[in-house]
Amino acid sequence: MKQTPLAPAETQVTNLINEFAPRRSFLARFQRWEWMLVGLIVLVVLLNTQLSPYFLDALNLSRTSSDFMEMGLMMLPMVFIIITGNIDLSVASNLGMCASLMGWLFMQGVNIWVAAFAALLLGTLAGFFNGLLAARMKLPALVVTLGTYAFYRGVAYVLLGDQAARDYPEAFTYLGQGRLPGTLIPFSVALFIVLAAAFGLVLHRTTFGRYLYGIGNNENACIYSGVPVSRIKLIIFTLSGFMAALAGLILAARFGSTRPDIGNGLELSVITAAVLGGVDINGGVGSMVGACLSLLLIGLMRFGMGLLNIQGQVQGVVIGLLLILSILLPNGLVQLSGVKRLDRRSILAVLVVVILFALFFGFFFWSRAPVLIGG
Amino acid sequence: MKIPDDYILELKKITKRFSGVEVLHDVSFTLRSGEVHALLGENGAGKSTLVKVITGLHQPDGGEVYLNGKPVHFANPHDSRQAGIAAIYQELSLFPDLDVAENIFVGRQPTTTAGRVDWRKLYAEAERLLSSLGVHLDLKQKARHLSIAQQQMVEIARAISINARILIMDEPTSSLTLNEVADLFRLVRRLRQEGAAIIFISHRLEELYELADRVTVLRDGAYVDTRPLNEVSRDELIRLMVGRTISNLFPKQEVEVGEVALKVEHLSRAGSFHDVSFELRKGEILGMAGLVGAGRTNVARAIFGVEPPTGGQVFIAGQEVHITSPQQAIGYGLAYVPEDRQAHGLIPPMTITANISLPMLESYARRGWLQDALERSTVFAAARQMEVRASHLWQRARELSGGNQQKIVLAKWLLTRPRILILDEPTRGIDVGTKAAVHALMSKLAAEGIAILMISSELPEVLGMSDRVLVMREGRITAHFSRAEATQEKIISAATQAVGALS
Repeated sequence: MKQTPLAPAETQVTNLINEFAPRRSFLARFQRWEWMLVGLIVLVVLLNTQLSPYFLDALNLSRTSSDFMEMGLMMLPMVFIIITGNIDLSVASNLGMCASLMGWLFMQGVNIWVAAFAALLLGTLAGFFNGLLAARMKLPALVVTLGTYAFYRGVAYVLLGDQAARDYPEAFTYLGQGRLPGTLIPFSVALFIVLAAAFGLVLHRTTFGRYLYGIGNNENACIYSGVPVSRIKLIIFTLSGFMAALAGLILAARFGSTRPDIGNGLELSVITAAVLGGVDINGGVGSMVGACLSLLLIGLMRFGMGLLNIQGQVQGVVIGLLLILSILLPNGLVQLSGVKRLDRRSILAVLVVVILFALFFGFFFWSRAPVLIGG
Repeated sequence: MKIPDDYILELKKITKRFSGVEVLHDVSFTLRSGEVHALLGENGAGKSTLVKVITGLHQPDGGEVYLNGKPVHFANPHDSRQAGIAAIYQELSLFPDLDVAENIFVGRQPTTTAGRVDWRKLYAEAERLLSSLGVHLDLKQKARHLSIAQQQMVEIARAISINARILIMDEPTSSLTLNEVADLFRLVRRLRQEGAAIIFISHRLEELYELADRVTVLRDGAYVDTRPLNEVSRDELIRLMVGRTISNLFPKQEVEVGEVALKVEHLSRAGSFHDVSFELRKGEILGMAGLVGAGRTNVARAIFGVEPPTGGQVFIAGQEVHITSPQQAIGYGLAYVPEDRQAHGLIPPMTITANISLPMLESYARRGWLQDALERSTVFAAARQMEVRASHLWQRARELSGGNQQKIVLAKWLLTRPRILILDEPTRGIDVGTKAAVHALMSKLAAEGIAILMISSELPEVLGMSDRVLVMREGRITAHFSRAEATQEKIISAATQAVGALS
């Protein structure tokens, strides 16, 4: 089977290189992390439908889905940032600062839409500031955003103190609570889907997306090849700031109020979702589909556990174990397949995976035991 | 056959390959107690690899190592140190925040019966050791405040304190002043008197005559000869080192040289090179020779905008330009094939396609949206033309051999249609076949009117390919030869002259 026609003069060098990769076998194509996530999602759905009759309720699913959209909105630019080998720890604090600014302005009598616009502007500027320090001044993003993590949250407290902004008009709370007319689909979910598609296309179909992978895999080679590395970093941090502000508006609209601790700790959930989705924390590897699947998986697991009255902290333990497993499992399999004779290291790796698996499922079922037994 | 006991160290027919490329071929070497044995050869002749075989950093693929007549196998540097072999490299390895005495005894501090460090004993022994070596140093001085020469003394003292009988010194004098060199030589002679065996690597021939007893010359990874130094003249030594007849491996055609494409005047960058001026014409290959670290790569990086110059002017086609980034440089028709393929030339984990299309990616896209078919067909044609050997375009660059990786870097830059091409060590670490292909390509490009600046540490390549040759040493241009004037001896002499001998 010849895939490229060859000019007669070239025929003697046919074994040089092919234009197309050989088709991969049916099974090989399923050896992707994304399919692993799909499998886990199916497993979680099946398990939950067995455990609770309320799980597949459309209204329930509609309500719970909007709980994860702020996380999702911040995850989209976070995928870009992590793929370049950077990180933004300040997103949740930025969210808090922007929501607080909006709440404060609203309490001063400013029109809610003007206040919301100011919040978006502030968030974008805050992201730009991160980008300036990380890209132009070439400081490590981890340190820069660790600093602004504290800084932006501090501003939120300065703005609102110990009060809460509330009584937003209904037109505004629609952003977080409303549904698309005539359907059960929350507005925030629709917004997330549109934006996720856009971010996915940019990542996988544009030169910008290609540069992101390039920077994550070898920043120096990109600089030598004329890629505008520092401008790209500036853009993605700015984008991250804008999306954090947008997430802040939607979270405030969903709660119907703003307190300065709004969205506290969300940055780690955002990073968890991205990493569980197969985005390599060291940069260079990852897909938007994987990240979105992982968001769905986390959402379904938390929802299912919530239905069974499992406390939030316990849910955290389960998600945390899942994350560690998701990193260990592929590594463990690779190690196993490459092992010729059993040495101490590979035995240890297998043991760790087995123990974690046992812990994960043990904890999962133990925490549900009262529900299961009690009916 | 000689009685093996005669030598403290003996290497027999050592062969070493890296990913199929033979870097040492049947190299033999002998070392006696109480001698300084010089190891001489061009850059890339295999001296460093040989040293690494002796210290156990590399394991030979063939041949044997005998220590005191007994065969030994060093799995790592720790083994060789246990056996009494210590190496002092160009990059010194002291702990900057420990003082002199602590550095000498680091990891082996004398302890009291209670298990605590016996500081009094530590300083007393350090004192005794240094005075036995005739070295005067403040024992409480932190290593970071010592000069390079003083740090070397501490390293030597450390080696002696672990009873090293064989000392390997890799270009110890390269960054020392003349007085410091004299101090170092006094110490080395003292060690020799006490029966130590010393392997001494230096490019400065005068030093070898002053210090060494015998010299072993390596060339292209092969053993050439071992001679007593008082029986071999300087010219003969150079001939041994480079004396290969230049084959027609280098097919530089005679090309009508055109107008000036690149002119550099008084270019400087603080701390790396000073007052560099030259002209490069269309269709010309300008060779840039010199030792590793002479500042040649820094000049290239400055012209290409990676590390912009701090002084001087650059003219392209007669117009003065101020290039501060590679993007601008590419816009002016410059291309730079860097010295370090893995770190600067390629993105090893990405596909051949992504690597080749990177500098011109925008031209395979419409408003930022990648046109896959256009990218693929362009890249495919380029890979075909360079005769890249790989199974398909979606293979990752890191899976390819060094030669094929270099072809990918070349393909990537040729797609930018450069008018000025800077090649930094274009054939380093690649097989002979690809090497010839790269040389043929350079010749063809020059014939098409591209101006080529070729940085190379390989003299036959410089002589075979260049229309003119510049030589750099310690950040300055020290010589300028036409093709007819240039000889290996002249270039070596301009590249290695002892500090202070010139200017």
